[in-house]
Amino acid sequence: MFENAGWLVVWPVLIPILGAALAAAAWGSERAQSTIGVAGLGAQLVASIALFTHVWNHGVVAMSMGGWQAPFGIALAADTLGAGLTLVGSFVGLIVALHGIGTTDTAHRRAGFFPLLLALMAGVAGAFLTSDIFNLYVWFEVTLISSFGLIVLGGRREQIDGAVKYAFLNLIATTLLLIAIGLLYGLTGTLNMADLSEKVASLPRDSTLETVALLFLVSLGMKAALFPLYFWLPAAYHTPLPTVSAIFAALLTKVGVYALIRVFALVFPENGDMARDAMIWVAVATMVLGALGALAEQDIRRFVSFTVVSGVGVMVGGLAIGTEKAFLGTVFYFVHSIMISAALFIAAGMIAQAGKATRIEELAGLYKRAPFLAVAFLIVGLSLAGVPPLAGFWPKVYLVQAGLDAGSAVLVAGILLSGFLTLVAVGRAFSLIFWRAGEDETPIPDAGALAKGSLGGFAVMTLVIGLYAAPVVEMSSRSAGELLSPDAYIKTVLGKTALGSPSAARAEDVPTAALSGLKEETR
Amino acid sequence: MNSLILRTATPFLVGLTVLFSIFVLLRGHNVPGGGFIGGLVGASAFAIYTINEGVAATRRAMIAHPVAIAGFGLFIAGLSGVASLVFGDAFMTGQWWFPAFAPDLKYLSTVVLFDIGVYLVVVGAIVAIIMGLEETE
Repeated sequence: MFENAGWLVVWPVLIPILGAALAAAAWGSERAQSTIGVAGLGAQLVASIALFTHVWNHGVVAMSMGGWQAPFGIALAADTLGAGLTLVGSFVGLIVALHGIGTTDTAHRRAGFFPLLLALMAGVAGAFLTSDIFNLYVWFEVTLISSFGLIVLGGRREQIDGAVKYAFLNLIATTLLLIAIGLLYGLTGTLNMADLSEKVASLPRDSTLETVALLFLVSLGMKAALFPLYFWLPAAYHTPLPTVSAIFAALLTKVGVYALIRVFALVFPENGDMARDAMIWVAVATMVLGALGALAEQDIRRFVSFTVVSGVGVMVGGLAIGTEKAFLGTVFYFVHSIMISAALFIAAGMIAQAGKATRIEELAGLYKRAPFLAVAFLIVGLSLAGVPPLAGFWPKVYLVQAGLDAGSAVLVAGILLSGFLTLVAVGRAFSLIFWRAGEDETPIPDAGALAKGSLGGFAVMTLVIGLYAAPVVEMSSRSAGELLSPDAYIKTVLGKTALGSPSAARAEDVPTAALSGLKEETR
Repeated sequence: MNSLILRTATPFLVGLTVLFSIFVLLRGHNVPGGGFIGGLVGASAFAIYTINEGVAATRRAMIAHPVAIAGFGLFIAGLSGVASLVFGDAFMTGQWWFPAFAPDLKYLSTVVLFDIGVYLVVVGAIVAIIMGLEETE
């Protein structure tokens, strides 16, 4: 009883599902919903910590649902990358929920803010932890459906407008993803990613496989907001509540990037040359155009949207290089980007609230009126641009090194140029919003402890990770190693490991013993 | 909608459809199991009722808010998967109980509990949609 370690991988997904269900069952009672929301996300964080600790000490954990062994059944599995991202994701989810309590009003909570947020977090954790590619698609749908609900909370006209663009593009992307999965299933006869990894390696390297790989790049690239299919993101992310934008920017595009990493590192490690060649140009175009978009943007929240796009390019650039150091940089950037995207949208929401405007030209003189916000925005913005000693600096160092080692001048130039452009864009936004003298000099009423605390928390986190990067580097480096040699993952998912199943070892002994007994009898 | 035939038939239709939906829930394709299809049949009963009597009457008839019913169903379905924890099995492994006094009874299992959960999710979600559509008219 209670001895199955595989349950550790179930809880981070199951707890938010049960929480969402309970919160929906408490429909109409917003106090109960808020309590369940924060308690559920807190419990998910605890479960993620437990999972990560176990994975860190004992290696990959997997569990097949209903005892139907993978590749026939659906298995959840956590390696260092999956467990680490679930941990960071649930941490950000909890902070965003607290921010939500401070900033949403009764109408938003009545319309189901907390059940939807919990369902979204369940989808994100499920996507990070599944080892089945069709199941991954299902988790994408779970996040998508709950995000539709979240994006229209408030029901203003521009929100519906943004939601339609967001929904339409994402539905096309999931359809393409489904087609890609179907073709891959037709080629290999399996959906389990560990099994796919072995089967795809033995397939002839022909045009069909190239097409499937390209389809995955296009469909997941649309979800991750890669060039040239990123335009839905700046068109939609500035419309919902700041809390909702924060969780979207932190996790939704990241799930797309994570799926790209999984698919190209595990399923197509050798194949998909065309997709890989395209990927580096797409990544560089995304990071540079994202930064240019941020530089040109007048709306503070759209400005933040473009910086999120630029960050996606940096991560996919690392994936395109695909060396150990490049993966290290990618995973580190992933962790950094989850926190910084949430922080920037929270800050943008506070700026819009404080200055009662969203256009940068209409905002001025906030430095005197809201000094805390100014300092926090500067720290977060500089970390985004990659200025030492903040957390955004280290992954770019690794990625530039990896680009130089691999002889990829494009990536190095792209990262440095996009970093420079982002710095200029952040500097422009900061000096116009905060330093420019404004007419109104009355202090702004306090934004509330929860809003300030969540932004301040992220600013402190990015500073702490920047100054003491060793744990994140170690976690990223181990993830990179596991991505490049996924044997432990494959063995654990497919139940081939000797460690977890002594009964399997015994079962192998039995036939030999029976056979030798049989031989002796015949003698 | 104002139709004498529909108004006369509704009480019979609704009662029979709900009863049939519970039969489908327990029977399904394999005995037991049929939460989804049973839920659809059940939701169609409430759809007839809503078309004939209006949203307010349906809300009174359902007692709880449909979204709350769906949430409760999801919770039951989720919990049914956790039962296997106690027996050291993987998540969602079906646990069956065949009592000595009725060894042929196939309904005392977490599988049926899961299906009841699915039934409630489907009924709750679809009735919520129907009510939303009716109200905007």
